[in-house]
Parts: sequence; C-alpha cells; structure tokens
Amino acid sequence: MSDHSYEQDPFLRPENEKRRVISPDGEQYEVDPMQDYFCNAPPREHKPAYSKVVEKFLNWARAESLWVLGYGTGCGSIEIYPLMTPRFDAYRFGVQQRPTPRQSNVLIISGYLSVKTLKRAIRSYEQMQNPKFVMGLGSCTINGGMYWDSYNTINRLDHYMPVDVYVVGCMPRPEALLAGFEKLKKIIKEGRGEGANEYARNFDWYKANQKKIIKDWNMPDYNW
Amino acid sequence: MEDMTTLIKALRSRFGITDIREQREDLTFLSVPKDRVIPLLTHLRDHEGFSSFILLTAVDWMEEEVFQLTYMLNNPEEKHNLGIRTQISREEPVMESAHHLWEHVATFQRELKEMFGIVFPGSPHLNEEFLLEGWDNLPPMRRDFDTKKYSEETYFPRPGRKTKDPAEHMKEKLYPNEPRPQRASQKGDD
Repeated sequence: MSDHSYEQDPFLRPENEKRRVISPDGEQYEVDPMQDYFCNAPPREHKPAYSKVVEKFLNWARAESLWVLGYGTGCGSIEIYPLMTPRFDAYRFGVQQRPTPRQSNVLIISGYLSVKTLKRAIRSYEQMQNPKFVMGLGSCTINGGMYWDSYNTINRLDHYMPVDVYVVGCMPRPEALLAGFEKLKKIIKEGRGEGANEYARNFDWYKANQKKIIKDWNMPDYNW
Repeated sequence: MEDMTTLIKALRSRFGITDIREQREDLTFLSVPKDRVIPLLTHLRDHEGFSSFILLTAVDWMEEEVFQLTYMLNNPEEKHNLGIRTQISREEPVMESAHHLWEHVATFQRELKEMFGIVFPGSPHLNEEFLLEGWDNLPPMRRDFDTKKYSEETYFPRPGRKTKDPAEHMKEKLYPNEPRPQRASQKGDD
C-alpha cells in the first residue's frame, strides 16, 4: 500500500486523480476523471413519444429485447445461467445477457444484497441507459428472506431502486424466471415500465435511503 | 494415532498444554496459554509436519469474558488435523500475529478484526475493510451486538411478517377453552 490518499478515501485511486495525458498525436490535455467521467446533473425524466401509436410501438420493441446485465448478487445468480442453455433457451423470448451496464436494460438482483454489493448494484443501475428495468429475484429482495434480521443485508430492494417485477421463491427455478420475464414484457407493453422515470422523480428519496446505509459514500452522486 | 499421543506427550510440558480433546480419529484439539501459541505453531510447522494452515476463527464467550481463538492446522503426510485453542481477554482483545508463519493468516486476522474487533498488531492490511465498508457500530459478531434490532432500525423492514409459536398454536387449537395468560404482543407483528 502506497502512501497515497487512498488510505483516507478509497475512491481516490490513482486512476481517478487529476492528471495530464499525452495523446498519440503528442497533444497534451488535462483529465480530471471525477469531473470528466461522471455526469454532474441529476437524472431527467424521459417524456413519452409524441404519439400514442409510436409509444406503443416503442414499448413493443423494448419488451422484445430484454438485455440482461450479466451480473449476480446472491445464490440466485446460479439460476440465471441455465436460462441460456438449450433446455430453457431464453433467447427465444428476446432475453440475452450483456457484459456491461451500458449495453443492457434489465438488472436482475438475484438474491440477497449486502450493503457492499448494494453499492455496486447502484452504480451498475445508474450507468444503464434509459429505459431500464429491475427484476427482484427471490424473497430476499422482497422482505429480506432468511436474512431479514442480518446486520449487513438489506430488507427491501424497492427502497433503493425502483423494482418493476418480483419473482418469489427461495430460490425461484429458471422457469419462474422465464415467467418473470413474460410478466415484465406485459408490464412494458402496457406502458408501466417506468422505473427509470420513477427513479428520476424520486431521486432525492432514493439517494437519502442509499446514503442512510452506505456509510462511506465515496463515489460520485451521479454515476452515469 | 500413536504418533499423535507421543507428540502431545512431548509437547505437553514444553508448551503448557492445559486441555487435550480427541474429537475424532484424525482431529485433536489442544488448549494452550495465549503467549505459547506462536512458539507452538512455529514448532508444529517446522518440526512436526503440520505445514498447512486451514483456518483461524474466534468464538465469543461473553459470560466468561473471553474470546476463544482456534488455529486449525493440517498434516498432509499423516492426514491429521490439529486445532490449537487459546483464550484472550474480551476487555483487551489483542493477540500476537501469526502472518509470518503462513501468509494467508493475515486474511483471517483481518476478518477477525472486523467481525470481533480482535487486534493483531503488525498484521498487513489489518485495518482495511473486508466486508463491512464504513461500519461504525460494535463489531457485528460480538454477542452483545443485537443484529435484529440493528436490522430493524436500519433496513426498512417490510411490515406483515408474522411468526407463530408452534406450541402456543397447538394449545390454542386443541384446548380453545383453557384459560391462559394473554401474550403481551405477538412476535414480529408490526
């Protein structure tokens, strides 16, 4: 461990420090990752399309291409992988996994969420593009499940990010997950998949809840 | 097994072993005073073939005001496990570090620092957070830390979780007319 200010603030890693960069052309310019890499404005609501027909068409398109962030938080992540096998074949529902938050629009919180993981989950969620949807998997995301009195796992996911659909069970089978995707599709087609807008509307409330339990808030407030 | 008996006999007076428990054919626990632990571990590693360190764990004996530390060692040649137990004061939980014997002991010590507040001076990365980022309460594995209360105060419990005591439930079902004391409040009924 160097004598860097990392000791005081883990977020201030060397790569996040203000520095001069030389481009391949020999041009020099200053980079301040904390300013340049992150947005400095709260999220905005996205208005629906100008016409109902267009909005309906867009919702159909959104519902038929659910791109899931390949990311698991608890024991439920093991139930996601079989979805991509021939037996369950989630591709036929337009569901596929993407490696980065920027490319995906569905975040599956697959089981218990500890405070440490919640921090990462929030960052992933905020980096995802609108419109985005959250699926809570298992009873841990609903009321804490078997970890309801634990010192380090959250009880209710919907206090930290807007949840579109819950899949109950401990753990739900891959079939239940597929049913959850069908339900999510229905919700989106009806125009009720408004999680991102809800997050923007109640941004202060969500941030207050997140900051209440994440004691060392050492990341930017706006992560996108 | 013969080897273990002779080994313990040889070590007994030298390291002040107070208690010997043969849990299984291949598992023995020894209790030693706090200051003899590191010499004993060093001896076992260098001369008796216990080259593999498995785990270091702690138990909070709140009533006796001690933490019990257990160092598990393994002898891959003899296929024998050996647990070294020691007790340290709960008031002043400081223990000598063993990271110089096996590198990965430091990780266990870091975990114990976080979960029990046991300090191992000189252990690398001891004060870095392991799982609990920004924790500002009692170490959560100590028994005087009330996890349920903390969880209820912190994590927005969802109302509606009800539990029924099975004995009470059956009494009510089988003998509904029997007079019984009224319970103050149902557990978890909020």
